[in-house]
Amino acid sequence: MHRLFNKSRVLLSVYLAYMSEYRAELFLWALAGLLPFVMMGIWMQASAAAGDAMSMTPLDMQRYFLAVFIIRQMTVVWVIWEFEFHVVSGRLSPYLLQPLDPAWRFIAQHICDQIIRVPFAMLLVVVFFVLYPQALWMPDPLAVLQAAVLIALAFAARFLMQYSLATGCFWFERIGGMEQLLFMAYLFLSGLVAPLERFPEAVRTFALWTPFPYMVYVPAQLLTGIRTPGFHVSFMQGLLVMVGWVAVFFVINRWLWRRGLRNYSAMGA
Amino acid sequence: MVHYLRILRLFWSASLAAELEYRVQFLVASLASVMSISGAIFTFYLLFRTGGTAGVGGWDWHQAMLVLGMFTMLDGMSSTLLSPNLSRIVQHVQMGTLDFVLLKPVDSQFWVSLRTFSPWGLPNIVLGAALLVYAGWSLELRAINLVAGLGPVLLGVLVLYSLWFIVAAMSIWFVKVYNATEVLRNLLEAGRYPLAWYPLPWQFVFTFVIPVAFLTTVPAEAILGRAETSWLISGAALAVGLFLFARYFWRFALRYYTSASS
Repeated sequence: MHRLFNKSRVLLSVYLAYMSEYRAELFLWALAGLLPFVMMGIWMQASAAAGDAMSMTPLDMQRYFLAVFIIRQMTVVWVIWEFEFHVVSGRLSPYLLQPLDPAWRFIAQHICDQIIRVPFAMLLVVVFFVLYPQALWMPDPLAVLQAAVLIALAFAARFLMQYSLATGCFWFERIGGMEQLLFMAYLFLSGLVAPLERFPEAVRTFALWTPFPYMVYVPAQLLTGIRTPGFHVSFMQGLLVMVGWVAVFFVINRWLWRRGLRNYSAMGA
Repeated sequence: MVHYLRILRLFWSASLAAELEYRVQFLVASLASVMSISGAIFTFYLLFRTGGTAGVGGWDWHQAMLVLGMFTMLDGMSSTLLSPNLSRIVQHVQMGTLDFVLLKPVDSQFWVSLRTFSPWGLPNIVLGAALLVYAGWSLELRAINLVAGLGPVLLGVLVLYSLWFIVAAMSIWFVKVYNATEVLRNLLEAGRYPLAWYPLPWQFVFTFVIPVAFLTTVPAEAILGRAETSWLISGAALAVGLFLFARYFWRFALRYYTSASS
C-alpha cells in the first residue's frame, strides 16, 4: 500500500512538472474547447424565438451550455495520439521493461493535464459570469456530488474507449483517424451540440442506450437542475449504465492490450 | 506564373502518391465526413423542430443548407490544403528545416503554403458541393446565381488562408503554436450556422474579431442574390487587406528567424 502510494506520488509529480512546462499550450487547448459557447449562442436565440414551444428558456440554455463547457474540460481525453506516437516511434519499448503498466503513465498525464487546465477553464467561467451575472445560479450540493461521480465515470469510460481503440496501433500503425468516428458519435449523441430534450423520442431512446448522454447531458442536467417535463434520467440510471460500460471497456481494453503486445514490433528502436 | 503552376503539379502529385499508401485511412475519412454532415443536418433539424429557429433572420431550411454546404466545403479545403501545410510551418521552425525552404529559388510563402496536398478533405468538399447543389436546386436558383456566389466564396477562402497563415507564422517567435491554429479551427465551427442565428454579442465577435461571417454567411447570401453591397465591399477589402498583411507579416517574421540546431 505504501509502495503504491509512493509510486503514484512520484508519477504525478513528474508529469505535473512536465505539464506545467506547457502551461501556455494547455491554455490554448482550453480555448480550443469553446464550441459549447458557440452552441450556447445558437440555442439561446432559438429558444427566444420559439417562446413557449421550447421548455428551456434562453437563461436555461446559457446555464446548460456553461455546464457542458465545464464538463467537457474535465473529460478531455487524448491518449490515442500519445499512444500512437509512442508505438510508431518505438518509445513504448523502454516503458515495457519497467514493472509498471504504461497505462498508469497515460493516466497520470491526463490527471496532471486536468490539474493545470481546470483553473484556466474556471477563469473563463468567471469572465462569463462577469459578462452575464444573471446566469449565476446555486446548484444543489447533492446534485453536484452526483454530477462529480458521473464526470469521473465519464472520464474513465472515454479513456478506456480511446485506449482500446489506440491498441489498434499494434496492428495498423495509424489509428488516429478512427478516433474521429468515435468522436462524432460522442459529439452528436452526448448533448454537446443540443440538449437531449430537443431530440425526437426515437433518437433519444437510442442515445440513452449508448454511454454518450451520461457523459455530458446527464451531469449537465444535475449541475443546472433544469427539469424537462416528461423526460428525466435519474442519477441511478446514469450510474448503473456508466458502471456497466466502464466494466465492458475495461475487459475489452485488457484483452486487446495483451493480444496487441504480442504483435508489437518495436519500430524505430 | 506557368513556372509556379508546374511546381505545384509536381508538389501535389508527389504528396498524393505518398498519401495513397494509407488507403484505409481514406475510407475512414470518408465515413467520418458522412457522419459529420449527417450529424450537422440532424442538428439543423433539431433547431427547426417545433417552432425552433425556422425563418429567424430570414433563413429557411434550404437557405440554411446553403450555409452548411459552404461550411463543409471550406472545412474540406482546410483539411486538404491549409491544415497539412500550415501546421508544418511550426515543425519547420522547431527543427530548423525552414533553412532549406528559404534557400530554394521559390517564393518561401508559396512553398510553405502549398507544398503538400492531402486527399483526406476531398470527401468533405464533394459532400459540401452536393449539399450546395441540392439546396440551390430546391430553391430553384439558376446556375448563374451559383456562379455569382463564386466571387465571395473565393474571398472567403482568402480570408481563411490569411488568418490561418498569420497564426501559423507566429511560430517563428513562439515556436509551439500548433494549438493556436487549433483554436482558430474550433472558432471557425461557428460558420456552420447563419450569422443571424446568433445573439448580438456573438454576431459582433464573429464579424469583427474572428470574421467568420465572411466565410459562409456572406457567400451564401450572394448566392441567394440578397447580399448587401456594403457587406460585399467590406468582405473584399478584408480579404485583400488580410492577404497583403499576411505577406508582409511573413517577411517581417523571417527577419526574426534564427534557425535551430545547425
